[in-house]
Amino acid sequence: MEKFTQLQGLAAPLDRANVDTDAIIPKQFLKSIKRTGFGPNLFDEWRYLDHGEPGMDNSQRPLNPDFVLNQPRYQGARVLLARENFGCGSSREHAPWALEDYGFRAIIAPSYADIFYNNCFKNGLLPIVLDATIVEQLFQETAATEAYQLKVDLPAQTVTTPSGQSFDFKVEAFRKYCLLNGLDDIGLTLRNVDKIKAYEERRKVEAPWMF
Amino acid sequence: MSGQTLYDKLWNAHVVNVEDDGTTLLYIDRHLVHEVTSPQAFEGLRIAGRQPWRISANLAVADHNVPTTNRSEGISDPVSHLQVETLDKNCDYFGITEFKMGDIRQGIVHVIGPEQGATLPGMTLVCGDSHTSTHGAFAALAFGIGTSEVEHVLATQCLLTKKTKSMLVKVEGVLPPGVTAKDIILAIIGKIGTAGGTGFAIEFGGSTIRSLSMEGRMTICNMAIEAGARAGMVAVDEHTIDYVKGRPYAPQGAAWDQAVTYWRTLVSDADAAFDRVVEIDASTLKPHVTWGTSPEMVVTVDGCVPDPAKEQDPVKREGMQRALQYMALQANTPIQQISIDKVFIGSCTNSRIEDLRAAAQVARGKHVASNVKLAMVVPGSGLVKHQAEQEGLDKIFIAAGFEWREPGCSMCLAMNADRLEPGERCASTSNRNFEGRQGPGGRTHLVSPAMAAAAAIAGHFVDVRDVALSPLKAA
Repeated sequence: MEKFTQLQGLAAPLDRANVDTDAIIPKQFLKSIKRTGFGPNLFDEWRYLDHGEPGMDNSQRPLNPDFVLNQPRYQGARVLLARENFGCGSSREHAPWALEDYGFRAIIAPSYADIFYNNCFKNGLLPIVLDATIVEQLFQETAATEAYQLKVDLPAQTVTTPSGQSFDFKVEAFRKYCLLNGLDDIGLTLRNVDKIKAYEERRKVEAPWMF
Repeated sequence: MSGQTLYDKLWNAHVVNVEDDGTTLLYIDRHLVHEVTSPQAFEGLRIAGRQPWRISANLAVADHNVPTTNRSEGISDPVSHLQVETLDKNCDYFGITEFKMGDIRQGIVHVIGPEQGATLPGMTLVCGDSHTSTHGAFAALAFGIGTSEVEHVLATQCLLTKKTKSMLVKVEGVLPPGVTAKDIILAIIGKIGTAGGTGFAIEFGGSTIRSLSMEGRMTICNMAIEAGARAGMVAVDEHTIDYVKGRPYAPQGAAWDQAVTYWRTLVSDADAAFDRVVEIDASTLKPHVTWGTSPEMVVTVDGCVPDPAKEQDPVKREGMQRALQYMALQANTPIQQISIDKVFIGSCTNSRIEDLRAAAQVARGKHVASNVKLAMVVPGSGLVKHQAEQEGLDKIFIAAGFEWREPGCSMCLAMNADRLEPGERCASTSNRNFEGRQGPGGRTHLVSPAMAAAAAIAGHFVDVRDVALSPLKAA
């Protein structure tokens, strides 16, 4: 997993609530047996005017000019501004894979669906929760200012606007530690091999029907 | 000190280690695997040179991509074919039990777990699928995970996670005729919203839930995720124990007795405290129909499509307007005036024997309306299909003009060939009415199996309470 420390990047606004994982990456792309290459199909149904299928040359497909990420001013965006309950729906990790593959490293929203939120941290993507009024302010500033860049500082747990206004955000200590160091969860868990084995030995006595 | 909730009991029984910030290493008893969210996890294991920690904890099945028509022809889509083949190869390679496509036990992962007794009370159970909450109906702690966590469970038999808050949804009263478990959960989602359960594990309790069959409880827990809660659960009672008894993976003999003694403790203590309590009066519930592109966009069948002009919150209002545009609906249209093109009876929400019986009672002796292009019934598993055929339900459906299909996820998410064409409107017993969920441009209305069958016959939504039922012969 790629480390996350600080990020300064262009913000792009996706102004709708309850964006679900079917919208983030439609089901036909879930047939891939790989972990990479989902970026060109991020928000596929909103982003293109035709119907996308795996294996198409996406560079030849007609773009929907009304979709925000297709606007020239948001090309190269690294920070996605979103509304309530972002990432609701399925557990598909293809959603954070697609966001990350597209180029996003951080999302800012008032709230996220639990599974999506969790999946982001496994992929070096930082989902930041800020109060809805602050998110609204960021939406307005992004719309009003070309090349609006946000600075995300994970060690300090702050988001800073171009005018220097800074907002604190919370992140669980363990998740922060893993993200800062780009750590693989499995490696960390396997440090506790003895505890897992001890647990199993105890459970085999208490609840033998489980084994 | 107050007593423990069911969630507390399940959680505490599985803690392996706790970090300073509360991050917990939680032991996982059962891992269900399907073809869509597992290939990258198996690849990760192989690259790292790791083996599954406890092979017998895993049970695999292909469900999302499988065809529901002629199985002997295999899977025509090469990309789907490769994904299913990859699951077969991975299971063979690592020695994991898989119900392959030709096996009568094959079906939707959330149907086969309980059916086989692979889902047991007191378990922690995970699967790379958000509808894993279904299994909580058995007083199990069951929730969906992403692919990184699938790999983590395979490698360590544990997950790194944190305890969430607890919510009790208390449903009391006698359910009126024609109103089902599906209507209860749609009413709950309508009340608390699709993010209402975010950050909570929900226990469904109260006299109405206790009166429900295990199938009904599974329908409710299945859609806990549609209310934002990763896990939904119901306490153990006689229904639970009766359902589990004699199933292939269930304990037997002395182990059964020992297990049952423990399972009977899997109820929230009378003095347990929940972080939030929501109360629902079941006696006033009516059949529900969703009108929009989120499960919380739901009204009763005697209602109308709501008017965004009456919504105060600008973000919500815009969401409603966008949904109406996508769904091609006008505000204030009576629900029963909405005509449909297709009907889908199936999915991990509503494809069990009780669901098929409920639909068959409506369809028996009638015929699908001429404006309905396709009405399909997709049983949840090969065993459900077999049982339904033993009861003659297949003949009822076929005589009424429905298609009787092979088991799988099918048009719930349209990863196989079953899908809506752009603009088509569907009465569906599935769980998500998101844009494009059942096919790009498709329009989904979520309903109960009886409501879906009634809509198929009428060609538009009708109140199933007004429809004469045709009782089935005793099985």
